[in-house]
Amino acid sequence: MQLRTDVSSLDGWTVVSVYGELDVASAPELREQLIELVSQGSHLLVLDLEGLDFLDSTGLGAIISALKRARTNGGDLRLVCTQSRIRRLFEITALDKAFPLYDSPDAAIRG
Amino acid sequence: MAVVELEIPARPAYLSLVRLVVDAAVGSLAPGLNGTRLDDLKLAVTEACSNAIEAHHSAWSDAPVMVRCELDDNTVTVEVVDRGGGFDPNGLKTLPAATDPLRLRHESGLGIPLMRTLTDELQFSPGLDGTTVRLTVYGARAVAG
Repeated sequence: MQLRTDVSSLDGWTVVSVYGELDVASAPELREQLIELVSQGSHLLVLDLEGLDFLDSTGLGAIISALKRARTNGGDLRLVCTQSRIRRLFEITALDKAFPLYDSPDAAIRG
Repeated sequence: MAVVELEIPARPAYLSLVRLVVDAAVGSLAPGLNGTRLDDLKLAVTEACSNAIEAHHSAWSDAPVMVRCELDDNTVTVEVVDRGGGFDPNGLKTLPAATDPLRLRHESGLGIPLMRTLTDELQFSPGLDGTTVRLTVYGARAVAG
């Protein structure tokens, strides 16, 4: 399987840990999963990208989609990412201005 | 110069195979290109192939997408040839700045700006029966020299 996710809870936040490759083959699956979580009432989301091996613009689109839905419902989506090659993609696209990148799920929920 | 060619069905499931082949070809034949530059190339090629696959779907084309790598010690050029309808890269909309809240309305449109940033040379050759995208990345010594 190209992409795997684990979902857990931390102090009222839903933490989605993503493993594998996030590209046009797998982004629709993640997008649907995040939409489903928000529609079920999980409006405070942490997306942990530490297990991600690859991310492209389609994956970024899925993350943007989830952020919009969370914020529309009065919530938020925060990202955990310390890998330089993944962080670089957010920096190149300047999306790190829209998505602060945190070092751990604990840091993300503290803001 | 060495040449490695790959033809893939125009389906997203084959993108990881393209990355594996580019990774292996560069590792064996272009040792000057490594680390961040190899990551840049794999991401840019993925973006080009994703666009090619989308173009094939839009054109109802069953033809394969061709990926052709030209490699020497320090320079890699990858051509992605599709048989979609062709497109005008200059006709793309400009996205709002990342600090603009309107930016988050746009979930797509990042691929071509990314390709421009990640490559040292990028050329689009639209034709009547498809588009050829030519991406070139230099290794560290080539940049310095």
